[in-house]
Amino acid sequence: MGDVVQLLTENGELREDEVYSRYVEELDDAALRDLYRHMALERRVDAEATSLQRQGQLALWAPALGQEAAQVGTIAALKPTDRVFPTYREHAMALYRGISPEELMATFRAARHTGWDPHTYHFNNYAVVLASQTLHAAGWAMGIVQDQRTGTLDPDQPADEIVLACLGDGASSQGDAHESMVFASSYQLPLLYFIQNNHWAISVPSSTQSPAPLVRRAYGYGFTGVQVDGNDVLASYAVARHCAEQIREGSGPQLIESITYRLGAHTTADDPTKYRSAEEVEVWRAKDPIARCRSWLQAEQKADETFFEETDAEADELAAELRRAVLEMEPIDLERVFDTVYAEPHRQVEVEKAWLKDYEAGFAEEEGR
Amino acid sequence: MTSQDSPAEAQPTTSTLPLAKAINAALRDALAADAKTLLIGEDIGKLGGVFRVTDGLQAQFGEDRVIDSPLAESGIIGTCIGMAMRGYRPVAEIQFDGFVFPAFNQITTQLAKIHNRADGAVSVPVTIRLPYGGHIGSIEHHSESPEAYFAHTAGLRIIAPSSPQDAYWMTRQAIACDDPIIILEPKRRYWLKGEVSTADPAPDAFTAQVLRSGTDATLATYGPLVPVALAAAEVAAGQGRSVEVVDVRSISPLDDETIARSAAKTQRLVVAHEAPTFGGFGAEIAARVSERAHHRLAAPVLRVGGFHMPYPPTAQEHRYLPDIDRMLEALERSFAYPSATA
Repeated sequence: MGDVVQLLTENGELREDEVYSRYVEELDDAALRDLYRHMALERRVDAEATSLQRQGQLALWAPALGQEAAQVGTIAALKPTDRVFPTYREHAMALYRGISPEELMATFRAARHTGWDPHTYHFNNYAVVLASQTLHAAGWAMGIVQDQRTGTLDPDQPADEIVLACLGDGASSQGDAHESMVFASSYQLPLLYFIQNNHWAISVPSSTQSPAPLVRRAYGYGFTGVQVDGNDVLASYAVARHCAEQIREGSGPQLIESITYRLGAHTTADDPTKYRSAEEVEVWRAKDPIARCRSWLQAEQKADETFFEETDAEADELAAELRRAVLEMEPIDLERVFDTVYAEPHRQVEVEKAWLKDYEAGFAEEEGR
Repeated sequence: MTSQDSPAEAQPTTSTLPLAKAINAALRDALAADAKTLLIGEDIGKLGGVFRVTDGLQAQFGEDRVIDSPLAESGIIGTCIGMAMRGYRPVAEIQFDGFVFPAFNQITTQLAKIHNRADGAVSVPVTIRLPYGGHIGSIEHHSESPEAYFAHTAGLRIIAPSSPQDAYWMTRQAIACDDPIIILEPKRRYWLKGEVSTADPAPDAFTAQVLRSGTDATLATYGPLVPVALAAAEVAAGQGRSVEVVDVRSISPLDDETIARSAAKTQRLVVAHEAPTFGGFGAEIAARVSERAHHRLAAPVLRVGGFHMPYPPTAQEHRYLPDIDRMLEALERSFAYPSATA
């Protein structure tokens, strides 16, 4: 449990680190540019979604503004088949895994509870009940261990799958987060906890969740933890790669506390001016993860203006696609909701579904007269 | 429900077993039939469970398939969900009814809703074994009947076997079912003996069954009160009253048709359960039978159950729990209403 790992300083200078630098050195310029690209795309999606909510086209939006580096660096460090259990704010991770704007927005338009099949993207549906997903992550990891022991792994998947359990500083107070870490430790699960400490759980500061650094909790459970500058995409990538490799080699669970900041509101229903100062927000705005990465890429001549222009154009295109998808989105039919309450037939559901059909048919007949 | 056909299954037998041993046999056969079936719970391995329901299973199937868990009910159900998402069929034991509440969040906001939330793309076939009900002389939190909380949550199935034969087959059917399901095990009847045939399946777990035919009134109940209802019907017969006994068996889905058919025939219905009547599941049965058969009933549907109080200290549970006399008293109140003339 050392200092907060940082590779790219707030001034955009690269630092040497004995353990972590090598992971960044492995990345070619195209891969480095891609980290930037994913952050920029998410930020544009975030802005478009916020504006759609203001226009009444989304029921709610939970901005990830400011947390792009934490999310992109971490997801980029995993294999595409490593299972991710997100909260409801991992938009950069979701987009990185190929979830479409339409699939991502279904939840926030309240057109469907969720928009994607988790098995397709190895990325679970968003979890709204805080920390509930950390136990599902532990259970999934128990399944991996069981599959490894019994030789029943999917032959089409890498055998060294690990699990990423996302949570925030607020969710760290939930009992389920504790129980998950107990199970992870007891059964030595291949599980990486990724706590984005964005400093605010709606209006409650992280100091109320934990006066002591959250990373210390890992040691109480018997595994290791590391703090990383979550606004540094290179450090976020390197730390997650390092932890993931150790877990694949059998270290058991590990924990990352990613120190970042929620620059936006908790959700579009929130007003952060009521509980935090403009000065504090300004301090963090100066640590902007995207600006930091951009100035470094430019200074090192790893990206030219054309790249940034192309990325901006791609982001605008993605935003337009998102807007179109939201406006054209068909809500789920209530019939479909009936049909998915249970996997097998259930008498009461069938009776109620039939009743509603008859009831509504009565209106149609009246209108037809 | 394919696992019953598996060649790995033990040879069918017929034997007389206590109810707990019937469940043990069901779990053993389910573990043998399907490598994806796992058991997890507190003290279920080496100890074989505090009621010995899982006795010998860890020795036979190993620590990876009969898992002693940390003492964390939310953790048990939450990890079962994760394993089920990956294709396992976990069977969780919650040690006592009163300890299910730490897992209430995972059961009601996650387990019940995930299939629906994911638009059917994910199934979570988790079976929760829940020893429930009173009359075991224990301390607080060991004698409760929480079925109404779960019946109110769409996405869960809830069944309550009352005999060893039903306990064997309903457990097998629950594990084979693709939905999450809570088995309310009548723990005061764990030692009740009965014939168990692993060759002849019991009726569908999600149906009610008429256990004793009658013409004058229907007595409907489930779980530990079924033997009490049968005894009450026997006493009533001695008094010249022919009472039909319906074992409800499944709370969700509810086979209201079978219960209403019986009530329409006898014109009278008494519903009994150990749980408090106020807001209890008997109210759901009463309402549904009234809706279906009001004009055929000679008397209002009457309920027999616990009182609107926390489960009392067991020194007083004999006055709290429905017994033969309480059932007979309710039947008498029903008979006090004149029969409808056909």
